[in-house]
Amino acid sequence: MNTKKLEARELFCIRDERVLFSGLNFTLTSGQVLLIEGRNGAGKTSLLRILTGFRKPESGDLFWSDERIDDTQQFYQDTAYIGHNNGLKDTLTAEENLRYARALAISTLSIDDAMAQVGLNGYQETVVRFMSAGQRRRLALARLLCTHKPLWILDEPFTSLDRASIKLFEQFIETHANQGGLVIMTSHHDTSIPHTILQKIHL
Amino acid sequence: MKQSSLFQAFSAVIKRDLVLAYRHRAELINPLAFFVMVITLFPLALGAEITLLKRIAPAIIWVAALLASLMSIDNLFRSDYDDGSLELMVMTPHSLSVLVLAKVTAHWLLSSVPLLFIAPLMGLMLHMDSDVIGVLLLTLLLGMPVLSLIGGIAVALTLGLRKGGTLMAVLVLPLYVPILIFASGAVDAAMCGFPISGHLSMMCAILFLAITLTPLPTATALKMSLS
Repeated sequence: MNTKKLEARELFCIRDERVLFSGLNFTLTSGQVLLIEGRNGAGKTSLLRILTGFRKPESGDLFWSDERIDDTQQFYQDTAYIGHNNGLKDTLTAEENLRYARALAISTLSIDDAMAQVGLNGYQETVVRFMSAGQRRRLALARLLCTHKPLWILDEPFTSLDRASIKLFEQFIETHANQGGLVIMTSHHDTSIPHTILQKIHL
Repeated sequence: MKQSSLFQAFSAVIKRDLVLAYRHRAELINPLAFFVMVITLFPLALGAEITLLKRIAPAIIWVAALLASLMSIDNLFRSDYDDGSLELMVMTPHSLSVLVLAKVTAHWLLSSVPLLFIAPLMGLMLHMDSDVIGVLLLTLLLGMPVLSLIGGIAVALTLGLRKGGTLMAVLVLPLYVPILIFASGAVDAAMCGFPISGHLSMMCAILFLAITLTPLPTATALKMSLS
């Protein structure tokens, strides 16, 4: 995986006539994890939605590998996002959900391998509606594993996960960074991700 | 490791929507039942006037088909928006317009194609002549995709609103009018024995315009709804 870089310059965001953040700068390169902290309503999700390109910042620019993100098509080839919703279809089985995600991206791991890695082996034929909130979260993680996306943008990835699953999730984040990936996440939990690769932004 | 082709993505979206519809069969029946019910009520209300019934049958069928299509289109992007899979669809390297076209195609397959099979029966029930029924089917075949395509824009625009249904209908009905006029014009002409090629050419033109022009604003409106 060649080196990638996400750079934000002077991001400025207003929501409902309140300034959420201004003059926000950061540079994230391959192998790094960016943790965005802040109290409720501080603008964590708004920042993530700006980084995914869904929202436009009031001013400021984003650069992906030194190129300004105008044409999001190229950027989206490299980016995966898990929001508050997992982006899973309730009435499809776990395998159907993953197969659909792979059909839209570059696939890497096989579906069975990805599901085994997140501890969902044997759930391939289970309809997502009958899975617990934590299992859905893990299925969303399996989606990240079976598609090739250098940049992961995760909004509160640890919600509704038990302690063991959080640990598992953190391990995957660390491995992804070590393999040259980039991770941006918000979290209320203390993380065990090593400080050498961790950057923090407090909003 | 290779990026999936546009065609793979296009067919994956269609296939997923067809499977989803199969899992929600009850919702699939609703517009069909509505279509049949509206049409069966007309002869009962009009009484035993076969000539009048014959005269207005194409209009009844077309209006019922239009409303049935409107009824089902509200769900085109709604559930994807609610469960976050719309974000997944937007965040692909593929052109969103093409994926939108895939979703609209799936909607057309699910909501309009079944109507095409029932419409001849309804026509027979309303005492339409068989050659006029043929023309009616042709207009439905050309016109229904346009309804889905135009409806897609309105649905995408009203996606952010909780109760967007009424507003969507208000937005979209005026845009449905031309296709309704040309379709009933064609069937009228066929009933009187006039040539219908003019009306049909016009409907073809509208169809091709809609296929090429509507996915773009729909995709843009979808992106706006996510911000």
